[in-house]
Amino acid sequence: MKADIVIVGGGPAGLAAAISAAKEDKSLDILILERDNELGGILNQCIHNGFGLHTFNEELTGPEYAARFEEQLDGLGIRYMLGTMVLDVSSGSVTAINSKEGVFKVNCGAVVLCMGCRERPRGALNIPGLRPAGVFTAGTAQRLVNIEGYMPGREVVILGSGDIGLIMARRMTLEGAKVKCVCELMPYSGGLKRNIVQCLDDFNIPLLLSHTVIDIKGKERVTSVVIAEVDERSKPIPGTEQEIACDTLLLSCGLIPENELSRSAGVEINPSTNGPVVNESFETSIPGVFACGNVLHVHDLVDYVSEESGRAGRSAARFVKNKATAEGPVIKIRNGNGVRYTVPSFVRVNELSDDLVIRFRSGNVYKDSYIKVLFDGETKLSRRKPIITPGEMEQVILKKEDLANTPSEILIEIAER
Amino acid sequence: MEKRELTCINCPMGCRITVTMEGDDILSVEGNTCKRGFLYACNEVKSPVRTVTTTIKVTGGLSDRVSCKTKEAVPKDKIFEVMEVINKASCKAPVAIGDVLIEDCAGTGILVVATKAVGSV
Amino acid sequence: MKSSYDIIIIGSGVTGCAIARELSRYECSCLVLEKDEDVCTGTSKANSGIVHAGYDAKTGSLKARMNIRGNMLMTSLCEELDIPFKRIGSLVVCTDEANRKGISELCARGIANGVPDMKILEKDEIREIEPNISDDVVCALYAPTAGIICPFRLNIALAECASQNGVDFKFNCEVTDVSKLGDEWIVETSSGSFECQAVINCAGTHADEIHNMVSDKKFHITPRRGDYMLLDRSLDGFVKHVIFPQPTAMGKGILVTPTVHGNTLVGPTAVDIESRDEAPVTADGLSKVQEGAIKNVKGLPLKQVITGFSGLRAHEDGGEFILEEAEGCKGFFDCVGIESPGLTACPAIGEYMALKIAESLSLKFKKFWNGICKDVVKPFELSEEERAALIKEHPEYGRIICRCETITEGEIIDAIRRPLGAKSLDGVKRRTRAGMGRCQGGFCSPRVMDILSRELNMPLDKVTKSGGGSKIILGRTKNEG
Repeated sequence: MKADIVIVGGGPAGLAAAISAAKEDKSLDILILERDNELGGILNQCIHNGFGLHTFNEELTGPEYAARFEEQLDGLGIRYMLGTMVLDVSSGSVTAINSKEGVFKVNCGAVVLCMGCRERPRGALNIPGLRPAGVFTAGTAQRLVNIEGYMPGREVVILGSGDIGLIMARRMTLEGAKVKCVCELMPYSGGLKRNIVQCLDDFNIPLLLSHTVIDIKGKERVTSVVIAEVDERSKPIPGTEQEIACDTLLLSCGLIPENELSRSAGVEINPSTNGPVVNESFETSIPGVFACGNVLHVHDLVDYVSEESGRAGRSAARFVKNKATAEGPVIKIRNGNGVRYTVPSFVRVNELSDDLVIRFRSGNVYKDSYIKVLFDGETKLSRRKPIITPGEMEQVILKKEDLANTPSEILIEIAER
Repeated sequence: MEKRELTCINCPMGCRITVTMEGDDILSVEGNTCKRGFLYACNEVKSPVRTVTTTIKVTGGLSDRVSCKTKEAVPKDKIFEVMEVINKASCKAPVAIGDVLIEDCAGTGILVVATKAVGSV
Repeated sequence: MKSSYDIIIIGSGVTGCAIARELSRYECSCLVLEKDEDVCTGTSKANSGIVHAGYDAKTGSLKARMNIRGNMLMTSLCEELDIPFKRIGSLVVCTDEANRKGISELCARGIANGVPDMKILEKDEIREIEPNISDDVVCALYAPTAGIICPFRLNIALAECASQNGVDFKFNCEVTDVSKLGDEWIVETSSGSFECQAVINCAGTHADEIHNMVSDKKFHITPRRGDYMLLDRSLDGFVKHVIFPQPTAMGKGILVTPTVHGNTLVGPTAVDIESRDEAPVTADGLSKVQEGAIKNVKGLPLKQVITGFSGLRAHEDGGEFILEEAEGCKGFFDCVGIESPGLTACPAIGEYMALKIAESLSLKFKKFWNGICKDVVKPFELSEEERAALIKEHPEYGRIICRCETITEGEIIDAIRRPLGAKSLDGVKRRTRAGMGRCQGGFCSPRVMDILSRELNMPLDKVTKSGGGSKIILGRTKNEG
């Protein structure tokens, strides 16, 4: 089998990448390989609204947002295969399996990795206790409720205040469950303010900051969990334990980019994002292999995924056309004070076709501070921000002409007042 | 005179806003740090509304549930009444995005529409 | 199912199933009773999966004899039953010059027990074969015959093989009383009573309770909990051998080992507890596991944990395997106190006990017996041509259900349909590894539930995690209850 560009994953990132690549060059043969039985990825189970304000200037639900992209595929001649799992990726080919073709290889000019992310399971959180039924990641519960129409539980405690957990607190409540509380290990929530107000406050669900689950009880099905307050080192404080009767514990404790394919292909991974190290074109350390969306770094808004993936798709199309990448200066982007990571990690100035968007996350909550961009130690840009939180992605946009003098290094930092 | 406490949702600051009211009249808005917060607080105390997103039963479809939403936001205190109507309702496949599944849900005058397509068996 | 048998085995862990398979060679009727919904649900499901070389147990003890014999039998058994098994060798690591003597003693005991080819290695030799060993290492006892095995497949394969040779299994059937009536034993259970000529007590942490129903010479088992951490397969190769600290009175200590599936396993702790059925993981246990692991292996990335679990060993006060006909109870045979090295010993215990019972009941060998039992067909272990043919004929082998472990729908269907097939998520997991990977079933469990529901023709809300009341979903949305 052959294609010009193979897109691994047909979720929001894959759809946007495929569409922009096709728009960049209509003659390209683009193939999306999707492991599920429908396109759209996780958007299919995100039936709540709040998607698309940046992309479409209106508020859509997840399935509606996905449909806006899916309906463009046919017109652009983009092919896709469902129920198809990619097993192996290299710079010139992708190996996959499905029930019709068996194991097959697609030779291609470029690959765009759009595998998304997975949730951190109970096992990775070292939560003590028994291992009964009734412990779910919030996303698994979301699938059961929204797609399959089943209730994973009736009396619920949620650990982690990530957006999926908050959304599920409301969703379970609307379906008649009692959500007893949401515990958050950190002294701040990782979720959007809007979700805290509209998913918790609206329904009087308490958000317990600096709290965690220290025991899970119940031999067959969860019967209760024990929660406790934690100190600044995240250690449970003796004497603060409370046992809460419940039949379900939902976990919303972080997302992990799914880079097993990338790793086995030999793609260099950034330990801060757990995603590939990429340049301005979203190209990984392997030429012709691009990455975008949550497999690259975990986003808070799907609109940013679409925008970023659009750039990755266009880059892949250009790569297939031009093959050779331009020689020229490379600017390293470094993260300074308060910045956990940046995407991209470096910029090849000659490859920059329009402006440069640098996305990053902070490692802490900063109030009334500045986002600073330094070119070789000299402040180029300083923007006041009333608040910066780890839960919300930040960005700075640099114009191509800003980089005309090609500094050797760009540093992004948060300066406190 | 009545004081209402709100958390602003416009940005991660989450300003705690206190609105002082006399009947339907807003006497003062305190605690907001920007104009958007002021507007949010005024709307939220006068007529808080929410879009309800959920699922509805489907018969004869490839799936027996389809996601749906209220086409416009409904008054916040009507959320559970709206849910009750949707929970009792059902629709027939095929369903297309935007299909009206319920007219005038729970007396709000607001439509419930499908947000996903479901093919028939 | 009939109610009268020649032999009833209580418990379908590795011991019970190994004996059942050995007895299935003989002309006799045999029933295995299991209180849970599946085989391999007690001690056999949560342990280190190690085939020990045999230097630990006291020379001349049953533990030592059964260990050595079990280790010897394991190669051919694993070939016959298609069980993943690798003889990777073990290292008992000494990190303090003052304790060097302990290593020589262990080596001497091993030699006396009959462990072949052991060597004491010095620091540099150890580093060469185990690069991530602690810098504090002084010397180590190397035993090349130690190995790693899939404990689930071992247990399940023994049961499947017994079943294909005519042994009956009854699940969700808890023994409530055992008594003698004339020459017969009456076994009362939560689902009816059964008569037999011989009872074999393989009830694990409950074996003392069963024994004490019939015998005046009482036994006492202390459930000994052990916490473990399982690390991601991306660390495959971080350690190459089973790495033990020097043993203590509480056992062999916290080991670090690769598993046959490429994970790294760390543990167990050893804490005596009351409950014989519930083994909660504790925060203290997990921190002890971590401390123990990094003592012998440097830089072990414990952050890559994918799950923690806890198991119970059935420690009898005497500290020895009890493999005998109970005193004054003709026809009642005990397998009590089967803690480590029980997994290693099970083929030998099976052989040893079956012989005793066959003699006691004067059993004759069957003319035909099939000791071979293949595992679920795994498309990724086939050649390209074989796999292509398989998927062409059975497209379900081309549909990946568990992403992390690359398990297909075909494998899950096979695991459900085969004799003594899976009935729950955990049953599927132990037979196929679906849900055992890094996402711990977050992605595949709703899909596996769908397959279980379809194959077993039961509504989705009846699908359980591990039988009984372990329901996964509690009704439908839209107020249908």
